[in-house]
Amino acid sequence: MTLRKMAPYLYIAPCILLMGLFVYYPIVENFRFAFYEFSAFSPDKVFVGFENFLALFQDEVFYIAIKNNIWYAVISIICQVFGGLVLAAILEDPLTRLFSGFFRTTFFLPVIISITVIALLFSFVYNPDIGILNSFLRLLGLEEWTRAWLGESETAIFAVIAVSQWQSIGYIMMLFIVAIQSIPQELYEAADIDGANKFYKFLHITVPQVKEMLFVATLITLTGAFTVFNEPYILTSGGPGNASEVLGTLLYKSAFFRDEMGYASAIATIILILSLVAAMIQMKLFKTGKED
Amino acid sequence: MEAEKVTPTDSPIQSFRVRSFKKKKIAGSVSLYTILIFYFIVISYPLFWMVINSFKTTEEIFSNSWALPTTWLVSNYVHAWNTGISEYFLNSTIVTLSTCLLTVFLSALGAYGLTRFQFAGKKLLLILCMGGMMLSPQVSLVPLYKLIQALGIHDTYLALILPYVAYRIPITVLLIRAAFLEIPKELEESAFLDGCSTWKVFTKIFLPMNLPILFTGVIITAYFTWNEFMFALIFIDSDSLKTIPAGLMQFRDALQTNWGVLLAGLMISAIPIITLFLFLQKYFVRGLASGSLKG
Repeated sequence: MTLRKMAPYLYIAPCILLMGLFVYYPIVENFRFAFYEFSAFSPDKVFVGFENFLALFQDEVFYIAIKNNIWYAVISIICQVFGGLVLAAILEDPLTRLFSGFFRTTFFLPVIISITVIALLFSFVYNPDIGILNSFLRLLGLEEWTRAWLGESETAIFAVIAVSQWQSIGYIMMLFIVAIQSIPQELYEAADIDGANKFYKFLHITVPQVKEMLFVATLITLTGAFTVFNEPYILTSGGPGNASEVLGTLLYKSAFFRDEMGYASAIATIILILSLVAAMIQMKLFKTGKED
Repeated sequence: MEAEKVTPTDSPIQSFRVRSFKKKKIAGSVSLYTILIFYFIVISYPLFWMVINSFKTTEEIFSNSWALPTTWLVSNYVHAWNTGISEYFLNSTIVTLSTCLLTVFLSALGAYGLTRFQFAGKKLLLILCMGGMMLSPQVSLVPLYKLIQALGIHDTYLALILPYVAYRIPITVLLIRAAFLEIPKELEESAFLDGCSTWKVFTKIFLPMNLPILFTGVIITAYFTWNEFMFALIFIDSDSLKTIPAGLMQFRDALQTNWGVLLAGLMISAIPIITLFLFLQKYFVRGLASGSLKG
């Protein structure tokens, strides 16, 4: 082969090599690892077949984690996809044009800040004594509503989920803003002549026109909800007890606290399957939507 | 168009319409702005709280966390900087710069190979380059940890840089490829006639012509790298090599209840990337538009 013919492969080789080694190889290895029992620092692996999966399905913490991930997904779709779209539509409305730049930048700020900073900040927000949340409730005279938000098993996971919403709504909002900006203005003008109100225009012009982005946003949000790790790890470490455990924290604990690497790989496999299934259902739903 | 046809004789009705239209407009503005201001408070209040309390003593945060500081303790920032943040800051800077340069350079190479040549297996390589976008790092955490140990790079900067680059390549290739596809064929053909090699065309034409998009690539990679937490937590053990996100956990444990200093540390960690964003918003948004920033 001449150098000219080799050229394209040489240009692409570094990308493929790095991704092959650090992205694709580990994914494949993970499937294999899920059928073994082994620890981090020993080279010996014992083949155990489906035992890791069977143990996982009998682990009640696994079901708590799944339930929490599903809560994560549901609340994230409502707040980020729906809320983000509504905020984007408001900011792109001619009535708010004067200040929309200012609001847009502010709403996007949490996205830019590291999740570690945000999670540590919210451990103050939720602080039972000095936290903003309890102080605010006291101010409203809702003393009986105050509590240790992260310390009680009924509220811990929701307090964690709320932090994720606070951070990510601005991100999805920005995606929708980009999408709305590419909608032809004539569509709105035509609706204005027909005397349509805002609500009608939102439902019948904006929503159908940003359908592609709606798909992308839902996909990002769902994948995020099933792979979440940072927020629960920093805010509660899955506690109190296992009340706010998610699959990500369970995986981390199995691998790096309990040194059950095979078990952790089995959890990773479940996460992969769940996010693939979510993606496939999504594609199916949006495809059928396109046909009519 | 309609309005121009209206003759002065219609004016009473017309003015009534205008008035009711104006009223509607005001009502609309009020309700939209109410939502915006409400959400603005939700977002900005915690941030504002962090700013003011980062200048207070712990006692003052306890006794009066809502008020402005009685004396603005800049010393909190000095204390935070000297209690480890300076080290984390340096590590984050090294890792972020290396990751950005490597990611963008390798992705540009890849995008060039994928757009300017016809060759066997092009489609497959394209799919391989982009496919990684859908895979989240959590899923391969255990094998990746093993791999990094086997390569002997555990607890070095490379343990972060190499996986970061690998995971950021797909989105960056996507971004740069789109820009390269726009460049007309004639441009390079005339360069080839002048005897230029493909390498020369790449470095002398493609890179300089696409600086804005390469810059966008740098920005979205910097954003990701500066804030990444999970790899930083797991692949680095030594406190002296930790980047800011993982280092902050150490920092919190070290400070116990010295909250003013902790908040000052949070501020120092957040400020560089916020500054970058405020000045380069346009590039951030372009990066966003072409795919997902978060990965």
